[in-house]
Amino acid sequence: MEDEQSFSDICGGRLALQRRYYSPSCREFCISCPRLSLRSLTAVTCTVWLAAYGLFTLCENSIILSAAIFITLLGLLGYLHFVKIDQETLLIIDSLGIQMTSSYASGKESTTFIEMGKVKDVIINEGIYMQKVIYYLCILLKDPVEPHGISQVVPVFQSAKPRLDCLIEVYRSCQEVLAHQEATSASP
Amino acid sequence: MVLKAFFPTCCASADSGLLVGRWVPEQTSAVVLAVVHFPFIPIQVKELLARVQQASQVGVAVLGTWCHRRQDAEESLGHFLEGLGAIFSHEPWLQLCRERGSKFWSCKATRRQAPTCPGAPGEDQVMLVFYDQRKVLLSQLHPPVALPDHQAGDAVAGAGGLAAVFDTVARSEELFRSDRFDEGPVRLSHWQSEGVEASILAELAKRASGPICLLLGGLLSLVSAASACRVFQLWPLSFIWSKLSTCEQLRHRLEQLTFVFSTQKAENPTQLMRKANVLVSVFLDVALGLALLSWLHGKDRIGHLAEALVPVADHVAEELQHLLQWLMGAPAGLKMNRALDQVLGRFFLYHLHLWISYIHLMSPFIERILWHVGLSACLGLTVSLSILSDIIALLTFHIYCFYVYGARLYCLKICGLSSLWRLFRGKKWNVLRQRVDSCSYDLDQLFIGTLLFTILLFLLPTTALYYLVFTLLRLLVVAVQGLIHVLVDLINSLPLYSLGLRLCRPYRLAAGVKFRVLEHEADRPLRLLMQLWLPPHPLLGLPVPQAFLWGAHLPLEAERGQAGLTDPGHRPARHRHTATVSPPPCRGR
Repeated sequence: MEDEQSFSDICGGRLALQRRYYSPSCREFCISCPRLSLRSLTAVTCTVWLAAYGLFTLCENSIILSAAIFITLLGLLGYLHFVKIDQETLLIIDSLGIQMTSSYASGKESTTFIEMGKVKDVIINEGIYMQKVIYYLCILLKDPVEPHGISQVVPVFQSAKPRLDCLIEVYRSCQEVLAHQEATSASP
Repeated sequence: MVLKAFFPTCCASADSGLLVGRWVPEQTSAVVLAVVHFPFIPIQVKELLARVQQASQVGVAVLGTWCHRRQDAEESLGHFLEGLGAIFSHEPWLQLCRERGSKFWSCKATRRQAPTCPGAPGEDQVMLVFYDQRKVLLSQLHPPVALPDHQAGDAVAGAGGLAAVFDTVARSEELFRSDRFDEGPVRLSHWQSEGVEASILAELAKRASGPICLLLGGLLSLVSAASACRVFQLWPLSFIWSKLSTCEQLRHRLEQLTFVFSTQKAENPTQLMRKANVLVSVFLDVALGLALLSWLHGKDRIGHLAEALVPVADHVAEELQHLLQWLMGAPAGLKMNRALDQVLGRFFLYHLHLWISYIHLMSPFIERILWHVGLSACLGLTVSLSILSDIIALLTFHIYCFYVYGARLYCLKICGLSSLWRLFRGKKWNVLRQRVDSCSYDLDQLFIGTLLFTILLFLLPTTALYYLVFTLLRLLVVAVQGLIHVLVDLINSLPLYSLGLRLCRPYRLAAGVKFRVLEHEADRPLRLLMQLWLPPHPLLGLPVPQAFLWGAHLPLEAERGQAGLTDPGHRPARHRHTATVSPPPCRGR
């Protein structure tokens, strides 16, 4: 069962949340960030090339212009491969674990999988980010030494940064899955 | 709870038969290891399973039936398979079925016993997780072999989560020994059923490694016993040994080789990787050293080097003389105290003159010494580089002496100045209370003290300048030695084996798993694909540079924490014996 809704992130950009309910024990949430806008790309390229042209008129060396082209190309490739995240996915499978995937604009995917045995809870927490106070969804990991302690807090959707309404949707679904897991594991 | 069935991808196209594997009750997961095909005799299947169980300590059993319907009407097969449930009883009984030409499977898991608490369904929901048997086996993500003081069953039960799955697959090697060309009574389907994977070279190496390790281990223990004898512990020799970086490097290599050739088998994959890395690095070292040796001994290069060495030392000494003359004049326009300047300058010049005569005394023997030292390159490039660093230290010994003199003088001056400054203000240092107290001095004490203070203060720039110049010279020498040591560390700790594995067999370095949901239809069981996950490489596969300087062998291993395979007993960094630049401590305030 698939569902798509539109939300906004903390800066006001548009996000799309896709929810897939595979079964009562397996759900997937996919947040798509706004794509690289043509306007910003043109602006950056023009700035770099104008600066290079300015240097060229000072130095009369044409290597500066070729270097500017290379820098722009390499910078764009590096940005697409290492920085620009297109989609962030959260896959929660009851009794297996929680998997977070970030796919970059160049197609690279980076995955993190946390086993269900290590997950204590999924919560919405508040945090200070630059000059704002934002809400973020995070996974609490159990401490192996102390049974009631928390060893780590893993934030989810770090680059998409959706607002509270989107987070509440995801939070409710995750809690349903976790509750379902608790209920079925209590009865053998 | 949802029942997880781990199914190998190689068996997805196999004919119908029985599912053989292990049931993990804590995770309610069934790990399918192989499929037994028709025709079979139940007694023989049970015998095979008992044999495998005894050999591998894994509770292998018949988990259920697998039905691959190739023709459309095979109802009789279905009934036959259900009847098998009576012969091989297992709780719960798994029934997997795949239609021809359909991607979706049907799975059923039935429990024969009455449920213990009301409300629990007699049939469980099944989730299929596909895994690649070969990669899981070879990735060595399973926990280490159980320690001898644990019971066999305990260790397996203690492994949590997915590690239990990997452990099961890894320990069941006995089951994967037979392929379809064997004439055994039972026909199995698993990842090796098309032919057992083996390599002649690997087998030969395994057979040969035993005696080779014994022999080399014996030799190395002889060498270490010889080096540990009492003669070398006496004061002058032990002091020299501790200062020379060559001895340090040789000792490090000896330790590494002893570790590699120890007759103890590697306990876990991390130790094996470490041994492999050390071995590969030693080979590379010796190969580079032999290349250097052949280059040095060809075309009489050693003779050229020896001939060039003395003039270079002379040149350095001349430059130092010019520097001292410059300091004795008006360096950088500063006005020095004439008398002190002359005294210090002449003292250092005389020292330099002694040094030059010493070098000229040694010059006939230099070629012979260099030739013998060049032979040491066959022990490895790192040893040659350490010897080079030691030679530089010996040749610039006079700079070190100048630095020590300058530093001592400066330190004495500062101590004196601070003490007399306190006197000038009417205070003194209380040794008992470790603090500054006021004190009433007599007039003559104050007079002499102020006089001395003024003298020392006005002589300060001269001493400070000499100290600064010689410290900078010493820093230069230390920087050159430091570069050589960084190179030596690089060769010592570059994990070439791991890098090679990353390029050729990346699944060996897997540090975890990731899941992908396959096409899903409503009312059908959920299908997931489990793949091995490699840790993300920073900067396109180049290992992190800090690992080199701290002597770590396996930077990639730090990311295997997810599989719980970190080794806390990691060797600490080697202590570098380069002389320090800090001034000698002042005695008393």
